[in-house]
Amino acid sequence: MTAFFTILFDGVAYGMLLFVLACGLAVTLGLMNFVNLAHGAFAMAGGYVCAVLVNQSGWPFFAALPLAFVASALIGVVFERALYRHLYSRSHLDQVLFSIGLVFMSVAAVDYIMGSSRIFIKLPAVLEGQIDFFGVGIGRYRLMIIVICGLLTAGLQLVLARTRFGSRLRAAVDDPRAASGLGINVPQVFAFTFAFGCGLAGLGGALSAEILGLDPYFPLKFMIYFLIVVTVGGSSSITGPFLAALLLGISDVAGKYYVPKMGPFVIYTIMIVILIWRPNGLFGRSASR
Amino acid sequence: MKKPAYNVGFHARQQARWRWSEIAFWLLVFGCALVFPSRYLIMTEIVRLALFALSLDLILGYAGIVSLGHAAFFGVGAYGAGLLAVHGILTEPIVALVAAGLVAAVLGFLTSFLVIRGADLTRLMVTLGIALLLEALAERFSNITGGTDGLQGIEMQPILGLFAFDMFGKTGLFYSLAVLFVLFLLARRIVYSPFGLSLRAIRNNPLRASAIGIPVNRRLIAIYTIAAFYAGVAGALFTQTTALASLDVFAFERSADLMLVLVIGGTGYLYGGLIGAVVFRMLQEVFSSITPQYWQFWIGLVLVVIVLVGRPRLHRWVLWGPNLLIAQFSGRKAVAAVGESDAP
Repeated sequence: MTAFFTILFDGVAYGMLLFVLACGLAVTLGLMNFVNLAHGAFAMAGGYVCAVLVNQSGWPFFAALPLAFVASALIGVVFERALYRHLYSRSHLDQVLFSIGLVFMSVAAVDYIMGSSRIFIKLPAVLEGQIDFFGVGIGRYRLMIIVICGLLTAGLQLVLARTRFGSRLRAAVDDPRAASGLGINVPQVFAFTFAFGCGLAGLGGALSAEILGLDPYFPLKFMIYFLIVVTVGGSSSITGPFLAALLLGISDVAGKYYVPKMGPFVIYTIMIVILIWRPNGLFGRSASR
Repeated sequence: MKKPAYNVGFHARQQARWRWSEIAFWLLVFGCALVFPSRYLIMTEIVRLALFALSLDLILGYAGIVSLGHAAFFGVGAYGAGLLAVHGILTEPIVALVAAGLVAAVLGFLTSFLVIRGADLTRLMVTLGIALLLEALAERFSNITGGTDGLQGIEMQPILGLFAFDMFGKTGLFYSLAVLFVLFLLARRIVYSPFGLSLRAIRNNPLRASAIGIPVNRRLIAIYTIAAFYAGVAGALFTQTTALASLDVFAFERSADLMLVLVIGGTGYLYGGLIGAVVFRMLQEVFSSITPQYWQFWIGLVLVVIVLVGRPRLHRWVLWGPNLLIAQFSGRKAVAAVGESDAP
């Protein structure tokens, strides 16, 4: 029974992490309908920024996390303004090719600058070890991830549903023409959202160095996971990808524990079945228009 | 009502005629094979890649299906041929080639039902998922597939009992070229047939295509299965000419590189994959001689630039020179084909 709870806990932490990593993609892919396979590259950038700050400049881990966010968001806004925005109206094929190109470039560039081996971020002592909770071992680091990601999720939901910016974004996504007719600066809203999504990915990348492992091949290895979160979750709200991320996290951890030999087989099968059953995602309104 | 139908048929036949440039192209290809005896291995590689790209062109360029997991069929073909050879079931290369292609075609047929559902994004995910699934399976059953070490001990009989595979890859090259040429003729026949025309109609507008009575799903299933056969044969060629099949036949990079090959050459006129394969391999060669470890960066850059400049525009630039020449010499409208641009 304790094993079950440990798996559940690890799965939730993993899922939360995936959600933070992928929710930027939920906006670009799900809402703006841009197939951005390079999302993981922004996550990787955040992770490496955090790693350099902590390991080489001696920054405390908690101070480096926000900087990972900022760095990725900055990179994101530069790329959005310079490159991505020209491609919003292009075919999916063009978008796929473009973002694959970016992934290849980022992999090689990081490999060149940082070396190809896996990187670890030195954690503060507070985050190491486990807490014993009614016999269930709870990793402190994973607990922190759940707390941070839970807060972020709640915050995002509030921002999207309650604030002026949230309603602008939803309007811009639903009908860009009508929205700009109402005086909403649609490109600006998109740029900001894109940057914010990249920032979240960067934060996720920094957090995931400990759990997922951070090396130059990060964008390629986890691309499919991000895509699963978004396509399975659908795009009608932020809850869809959130639940999909949890489902993915728990089933991946459980799959690796109970049927270790099948490896990622479980995940891909679940994904294909769900996509066949509901092509627009489990909670989707319309994943692609 | 008779006249328009006649006209359509007439135009289709006009288009389907062999052009001088095509004949010249194939003469050049076979000429290259004869002239550069020291480059057999790399030329074999190009031919294989060209066949694989031809397969993707059939579904991407003609039917408009964007696939990120075409390596699945390549891999199945490669392992199919490898396993047949290792266990001594079928050692005659050509029969094994067809058998491996058929295995891939069966897989293509089965998965096509998954692929035709949903729009671009779902297709991307499903094709990618299937390739990853197969990779995971191949890793799981490493006692059969040889895992990361790959299948070893593949020995092929002489082709038709006459031509043994030699060290320098001479047989391999001409064998691959022959296969490519035969399959190209078949593909050419397919895309200029009424079936091929209906595929183009589907690519340009599925709704209208079904409105004029084209069974959209059945046509897509058919072409997907055919493309899977082609990819399977390409995979089998890979195994037979290198005597190796390892897990990376399923790798995502293979599917992604394939996209690049086709995009360099242009989609929707069959020669795109062939020209793209040559250019891609040369680019790879140049880049890895500049920066051995990081050639992927430059490949990525090429992709990004191609997309940003715009594929139709780029092809216009490339064809500007040849078209000018043709116009000068023959004094008529240029005939070098530009791939039809994809529907947005």
